[in-house]
Amino acid sequence: MTLVTEILISVLLVVAGIFGIVGSFGLLKLPDPMTRLHAPTKATTIGIGGVLIASMLYFGLVADSFSWHEILISLFLFLTAPITANFIAKAHLHREVPVSELPPTGTDRAWATYDHDIAETAPNRNL
Amino acid sequence: MRRLYPHPYLSLTLFAVWLLLVNGYALGSLVFAAILATIIPLLTSAYWPNRMEVRNLPAIIGYILLVIWDIIVANVVVAKIVLFKPNSQLQPAWVTIPIDLRSPEAITLLAGTITLTPGTVTSDISACGRSLLVHCLHAPDPDAVRDEIKTRYEARLKRIFR
Repeated sequence: MTLVTEILISVLLVVAGIFGIVGSFGLLKLPDPMTRLHAPTKATTIGIGGVLIASMLYFGLVADSFSWHEILISLFLFLTAPITANFIAKAHLHREVPVSELPPTGTDRAWATYDHDIAETAPNRNL
Repeated sequence: MRRLYPHPYLSLTLFAVWLLLVNGYALGSLVFAAILATIIPLLTSAYWPNRMEVRNLPAIIGYILLVIWDIIVANVVVAKIVLFKPNSQLQPAWVTIPIDLRSPEAITLLAGTITLTPGTVTSDISACGRSLLVHCLHAPDPDAVRDEIKTRYEARLKRIFR
């Protein structure tokens, strides 16, 4: 039993480590800021997820003091990762990308980053 | 009851998160979790103008499982692109996704899901909130990406949110 658990935990840690490295490598290798954003928002999710599952298994099965904190960490991770990515993307759009490079919105308003009419930028709730 | 708990889902979430934070369920932490679950929604209710209309619990659970599965697939796909595809063959693309969802909560959820799943990052929303700007890491066929997001995620979210 302990051997199986140890192997399982080790496999999870190794897989997580590989994905963490691939995510960091992607950050170096990909050519421009927008594509670089893809590496840390994805390849590292499984990296951190794997470490957290390994930690839960270790404390639940080996150290015999089950811990709920890992669930919270992954919950906060899934909440914050898209928001961080969105903010980095918006900052990049704002500073580097001219509107002409982006596809049209298909509506009568521009993309929010380029639309300076702040009073009306909130999505209309009553539609 | 409705006035004391204006946002029942928020209260339940706060209760659960507090118990997870203290990592146990002693009587004292149960009481404190209940106090927090009552006070925080009351204090912040001015910032939550609409009560979230959620229905169809099986659809929510199905959606969460689908997204978790897609995140795992996304990781492998992106890792493969990073490791084995030379930068010169990479075809990044901007895609406009018209959205039929209207509630801000649903749009936020859709945008978050898009960021977490295969090779796509939500970058901006149109000022009227009717289309999303999505960046794809490798998209030889941008229209297919748009159709997949609309059928795979948005259609399911429409069933969850009113």
